[in-house]
Amino acid sequence: MIRAKDINEHTPWQDLTPGGEIYEPGTARAFNTGTWRTDTPIFHEEACKHCMLCIPFCPDSAIPVKDGKRLDFDYMHCKGCGICKEVCPFPAITMVAGGEPR
Amino acid sequence: MSNRLSGNEAVAYAMKQINPDVMGAFPITPSTEIPEYFANYVANGEVNTEYVTVESEHSSMSVCIAAQAAGARSVSATSSCGLALMYELLYVAASCRLPITLACVNRALSGPININADHSDSMGARDSGWIQIYAENNQEAYDNFLMAMPIGETPSVRLPVMTCMDGFITSHAVENIELLDTAVVRQFVGEYQPEHYLLKKENPLAVGPYDISPYYMEHKVLEAEAMKAAKARILKVAAEFEKISGRCYGLFEEYRMEDAELALVLIGSTAGTAKAAVDELRDKGVKAGLIKIRVFRPFPGEELARALAHTRAVAVMDKSEGFSANGGPLLAETRSALYDLKKRPYLINIVYGLGGRDVKTEDIEKVFARLAHIAASGEVGPVYTHMGQRSKEDIA
Repeated sequence: MIRAKDINEHTPWQDLTPGGEIYEPGTARAFNTGTWRTDTPIFHEEACKHCMLCIPFCPDSAIPVKDGKRLDFDYMHCKGCGICKEVCPFPAITMVAGGEPR
Repeated sequence: MSNRLSGNEAVAYAMKQINPDVMGAFPITPSTEIPEYFANYVANGEVNTEYVTVESEHSSMSVCIAAQAAGARSVSATSSCGLALMYELLYVAASCRLPITLACVNRALSGPININADHSDSMGARDSGWIQIYAENNQEAYDNFLMAMPIGETPSVRLPVMTCMDGFITSHAVENIELLDTAVVRQFVGEYQPEHYLLKKENPLAVGPYDISPYYMEHKVLEAEAMKAAKARILKVAAEFEKISGRCYGLFEEYRMEDAELALVLIGSTAGTAKAAVDELRDKGVKAGLIKIRVFRPFPGEELARALAHTRAVAVMDKSEGFSANGGPLLAETRSALYDLKKRPYLINIVYGLGGRDVKTEDIEKVFARLAHIAASGEVGPVYTHMGQRSKEDIA
């Protein structure tokens, strides 16, 4: 049974699964879908109070949390929608033009 | 066990004998009686099927897709515009490789609005990735439904199966029929045992993920290979079915084709009428024969070419109008299949029987008269023609 990590754009059709079935959970973590961004959020840690408001508003779970504190953006999955910046009560998130965090 | 049933009753009875896990049910003439009869079986506790009544055929097929992906054997029945409303889901079912079984009772597609038999509904779905098996009569409708699951569910195939019969002519006419014992049916059809399904807790599964360009074509090739593999499986299941029923099925039926010089190729209930015409012509010394296509998807192209190789003139009879302006869908398949023959018969196309227009033995005899003229003169005349319509010109 082929694993998602062993499938890539060079895999021949004979090795792919019927209907593209995926035989394991959580494989979205392995795929870079952050390339669509036209705007990019920037995290300013010094201004963050870790109120956690941005986390449930993120449509793509692109804000990791560890030990009760939010970490920097997961740019591999962030689409740059800017909702986090809109809901942030502090000046802890700003948006910059373009797909790269600067 | 002998009985007298309509085609709809026969299919509903086959479903009862199989006792599927789920039915997605929405009524539409002329298939309405199938979910109706089956609802009685459910209400009477004769089956333990989850009978899901929905608001449209889009939803009935969605129910089947979800249930089959979960690991449940799912069935539905529909006709005409109901099948059209399923189109999006037909492709989803086939591409997710979910072996759902659908009884299609063939009826014209609107418009103009018409509820009577022709093949325009299932012919429109011919490229959706479903196996399509057509019945001539009630017995075949019953038998084909029993064979559908062993064909579709086998791992090398894993494709949904549409069993088709002609609306009213087959679905509503009551005929003598031989039914198998339920125990025999259950042993023949067996349990649905997919390797992967959503409710298998040991093995989390994602079904139907988004397929980007670098993968889509590979998955379509897999699907195409499955359809190719279905041909051998259909024949194997037919051979096993013959052992329990005594009834023999192939990819198509050859009727008096051994030395036939003039032949018809057609689908469905018209075969009964055409066989009577062939018999009458044989009595008069005409070497007439008939091929009734049973399996349209996968299309038995090579086998059909071999069966027609020795004929001199062939009429392909389409009970649907494809509006290609170049002939109906059965003509397209048949003419393509014959291309590789070194010596090809003359070929014409006759679109007939649309929206329930009757076809009689005299009509079939006229077709053979036309073929006899073509074989003798070598003059084919117009290839793409219609039969049975009122016209200022007398053509057929």
